Amino acid sequence: MVNENLSIVHFSLTTYHLPLTTIMRYIPNSPEERGEMLKLVGLDSAADLFRSIPSDVQLNRALKITEPLAESELISGMEKLADKNTAAKRPSFLGAGAYSHYSPTVVDHLIQRSEFFTSYTPYQPEISQGTLQYIFEFQTLVCQLTGMEVANASMYDGSTALAEAVLMAQRVTRKDRVIIAQTVHPEYLEVTKTYTQHGDLKIETLHFDNESGRISADDLSNLDDKCAALVIQSPNFFGCIEDVKALADKAHSVGALLILVVTEAISLGLLKSPGECDADIVVAEGQSFGIPLSFGGPYLGLFATKEKYVRNLPGRLVGVAYDKNGNRGFVLTLATREQHIRREKATSNICTNQGLIALAATIYMETMGKKGLQEVAVQNAQKAAYAARRISEIEGFSLPFSAPKFNEFVVRAPKSADEILSKLLSKKAIVGGLSLSRYFSDNANDFLVCVTETSSREQIDNLVEGLKEISK
Amino acid sequence: MANIPENLHYSKDHEWVEVKDGVATVGITDYAQHSLGDVVYVDLPRVGDNLASHEAFGSIESVKAVSEVFTPVAGEIVEVNDDLNDTPESVNADPYGAAWMIKVKMENALEADAMLNAAEYEEYLSETE
Repeated sequence: MVNENLSIVHFSLTTYHLPLTTIMRYIPNSPEERGEMLKLVGLDSAADLFRSIPSDVQLNRALKITEPLAESELISGMEKLADKNTAAKRPSFLGAGAYSHYSPTVVDHLIQRSEFFTSYTPYQPEISQGTLQYIFEFQTLVCQLTGMEVANASMYDGSTALAEAVLMAQRVTRKDRVIIAQTVHPEYLEVTKTYTQHGDLKIETLHFDNESGRISADDLSNLDDKCAALVIQSPNFFGCIEDVKALADKAHSVGALLILVVTEAISLGLLKSPGECDADIVVAEGQSFGIPLSFGGPYLGLFATKEKYVRNLPGRLVGVAYDKNGNRGFVLTLATREQHIRREKATSNICTNQGLIALAATIYMETMGKKGLQEVAVQNAQKAAYAARRISEIEGFSLPFSAPKFNEFVVRAPKSADEILSKLLSKKAIVGGLSLSRYFSDNANDFLVCVTETSSREQIDNLVEGLKEISK
Repeated sequence: MANIPENLHYSKDHEWVEVKDGVATVGITDYAQHSLGDVVYVDLPRVGDNLASHEAFGSIESVKAVSEVFTPVAGEIVEVNDDLNDTPESVNADPYGAAWMIKVKMENALEADAMLNAAEYEEYLSETE
């Protein structure tokens, strides 16, 4: 019995049925070499290496995989599989931190140049002038976009950037309480809690106003002089635009920093800049700038602050310098904050950046330009406003929050949002949005709808018709 | 040759201490500033922090390195030289004067007496070089 099992395992571990060329292509040693190795360690077969595993937990048969395929067969097989993924082709009104936007072809084309595509974060930085130059341009664009004075070379994504911002506020103020608005993306809050759980940081949350859908500057009872920062998001998780300036003033009045989270960076093309609103640290998700949705990553964290806090900035920073002959060059600057120099006293453990993704965002911003970005932002706001108006006219549907919005808004349905969205998907093949019940148990009938420039009027009208039919 | 004023106490970490009415003024020595090179930033603690002997209280950043500064004496910080935020270069120019770093209300007024005097510090420097 045992021998029989082993012989089957033995079969599955070898590739005798394949032609030798195939074996050689993927397995670097030949059957002869494997025989020599077995002889050296005193075993008869590779299966003997697994003798200590009880036979009843062994698979005891060959893996069910197809015979080798030709390249053309493989491609058509993969296409058949991909065709099953109909969700990717359906009209989608999902947002909530990951947004569908048009990306000019030049973005993907340029980032695939090998000098960009294959390079890692520069550890001998000044030799990589091209890399440093585009990071410098990226930082400059982020500063112009946010109205802030200094931006780093990027972080992993918006949520980890927020966690780093909270730690930075703790370093700057030497206080350890942070208040995070409930209107900040719930997953950003989770990441921040995970990231900071072993430190001495205390995180408190702040309720939103049920009528406006945002934080009220008059309702900051737990904000006091023991707080390192007040964290808000605008447009917030419900798509509502917060009164950033009023909240910044409140934070400053008790000596706390105002950390502003932006999950939809396109909104910066239309809204008053965070710098004008006197935010101290701005963190944003840069995915909207030419980065595909791709199941949630890799994305891009933008991080900007005021110059007076630059020594507490996490991550890398590229500066411009001139050599003794007056030639311009780029250097990694203030590297003394970083862990390869300051070890455990480094400002952050982030010693790298999202190089390629930051490059994509840089090319996107430079291609769109100031006007282009404004135009995209206006289109988003207008299309979303149209969709919001049409949906609010459906019997039984309403928009529960009164605050101004950008390209996302909450819809209150006459019955469970989960039920409506799943019917919309199964009967109308439309991904109608995100049910809020996933994050807020009191809001079971609410769902978040996002409309960007990629949604056509026809798709919006179909969504409205679909909601009408389904809610009947 | 490093400048070593007669009236100060010195540590082997190259800090100097001047004691007046139980309050110790702490800074780094001329030898230390020379070894560090051009100082670009000084990170100092806040008034009210309590320090143990030989605890790091801040750091000095020069163009290519960061060094910690230790307090030779224990006690509560009663004053911090905030001018160094704007003029870190005074650490190089005037280490015993304008670039004092903190004032510590000493727990043990005699603690500085155990430190090196000017002659001993000079001898220590000549041994280490």
